[in-house]
Amino acid sequence: MHVKQISVFIENTPGKLAAFTKLLGENGIDLVSLSVADTTNFGILRGIVADYERAVQLIADNGYTVKLTDVLAVKVPDTPGGLAQVLDVLAENNIVVEYLYSFVRSAGNHALIIFRVDQLEEAEVILEKAGVQMLSQQEVRGL
Amino acid sequence: MAIWNPAVECAKRSDIEKIQLERLKWSVQQAYDNVPMYREKMEKAGVKPSDIKTLKDIQKIPLTSKLELREQYPFKLLAVPMKQVVRIHASSGTTGQPITGCYTKGDLETWAECIARIATAGGVTDEDIAQISFGYGMFTGAFGLHYGLEKIGASIIPISSGNTERQINIMRDFGSTALIATPSYAMYLAETAQKMDMLKDIKLRVGLFGAEASTYEMQKELEQRFGILVTENYGLTEVMGPGVSGECEYKTGMHINEDCFLAEIIDPDTEEVLPLGEQGELVLTTLAKEAQPAIRYRTRDITRLIEEPCPCGRTSLRMEKIKGRSDDMLIIRGVNVFPSQIESVLIGQQGIGPHYEIVVTRENYTDHLQVKVELVDASLLDRYGELEALQRKIRNDLHTVLQLGVEVTLVSPNTLKRFEGKAKRVTDLR
Repeated sequence: MHVKQISVFIENTPGKLAAFTKLLGENGIDLVSLSVADTTNFGILRGIVADYERAVQLIADNGYTVKLTDVLAVKVPDTPGGLAQVLDVLAENNIVVEYLYSFVRSAGNHALIIFRVDQLEEAEVILEKAGVQMLSQQEVRGL
Repeated sequence: MAIWNPAVECAKRSDIEKIQLERLKWSVQQAYDNVPMYREKMEKAGVKPSDIKTLKDIQKIPLTSKLELREQYPFKLLAVPMKQVVRIHASSGTTGQPITGCYTKGDLETWAECIARIATAGGVTDEDIAQISFGYGMFTGAFGLHYGLEKIGASIIPISSGNTERQINIMRDFGSTALIATPSYAMYLAETAQKMDMLKDIKLRVGLFGAEASTYEMQKELEQRFGILVTENYGLTEVMGPGVSGECEYKTGMHINEDCFLAEIIDPDTEEVLPLGEQGELVLTTLAKEAQPAIRYRTRDITRLIEEPCPCGRTSLRMEKIKGRSDDMLIIRGVNVFPSQIESVLIGQQGIGPHYEIVVTRENYTDHLQVKVELVDASLLDRYGELEALQRKIRNDLHTVLQLGVEVTLVSPNTLKRFEGKAKRVTDLR
């Protein structure tokens, strides 16, 4: 069970990020989860949106470089040590977490965290076995 | 491929030199008798037209600079009465006073002949439908190519530059087989055709590109994108316009129309004439121009003359692709950099587009060179490492060629400026 993440190349100059988020806003696209990392002259915006097909079309049509990536949307118990438990399971199985970031919203007593891992399918199986819940694309659409 | 005028283009060297000497004497006399500037320069140097007895004697005549030509604006370079002039062109004058180019009927015939030769060398025949995407107007490019291609018998579409989507539609609807443009505009056209998903519908066969220098890498990229044979040709308003020289299908250098132009290479600093084969500044003398002769004009273009035979059978001297115009050369922290060197590194790099921008700044008395390129490969967005590796690779490749540290900036696709005429890729903010 995994979900689609959009990655967009954003130049690291004043106003570029604002222009991009404005484009999404004007078209009614809500970023339910978001991470922006930057180096000195460029940044990559990563995020989860409900309707990724429409978002990708819109973003590409407006001249941005955009890519879809499969990631895991993991429900992590919103208690101290909750994230550590999930990471432990992955580490024990030699799965590398390339990056992770949290959802803007939470789901009840769970935090929602996006995981980008090197072995997606293995990670899904392992987490399911360990009883860790993940969101499906369908569920994301409903957020 | 065909040769338009084998009698001249494949003539023995001794025969060509005989024609050149005869015409040189005529041209110098014409300039001396009718153009005060040339007369004064020659008198000052103590030279008379009768001193020209061999081709080498041209070295006795002083060189002419762009600045000197500008001072003659608009018509003081005329060697015939205005009544005999049938066409007036002018350079854009973006870097100063424009330079006018005047033509008699005879000059227009010579011009068409020169173009017919280089266009034939580039593969154009009377079967071709030629789309001229140079701007029609005072600029010599469009009209020059127009009359030469007409002489060959090609069907000409005088579409001019601009309105890029319409260019592609016409290309498809009219079945254009030859494209005439600047290399940078041709690249923009290729990109637009691809975006419109119409590359498969166009029948282009050859591209004759000129009016700005381009690298072999750029030429190859254009050939691949359009699936055509691309040749480059060379000329400048000061001596006629396009038609001075052009490549044949072997691309071993641009064949010079030597019965119309005498080429020399000088050291741009000492002004000394260099031996054949050495790189330096190209100096041109017109041998057939009636209305406005140019005697030993310093083109500021850096190149090399090649005499080794070309497989095409033409015996003419050739000039290498222009390495750069001496006034385009950037001096960065004391190192000479030609934009063409940067282009040759950038074109063909994986993951980026063919457009680029060069920005030079100075901070704390230190020059800083920045190169902007467009990131087009979205697959690199997965990991920072890959984007940084791309940046690093371009930076290292530039360093290898330039021996200089360069800042490489990745920008979004379609954000760098596109050009419909001559590209302006360098911004020097020092």
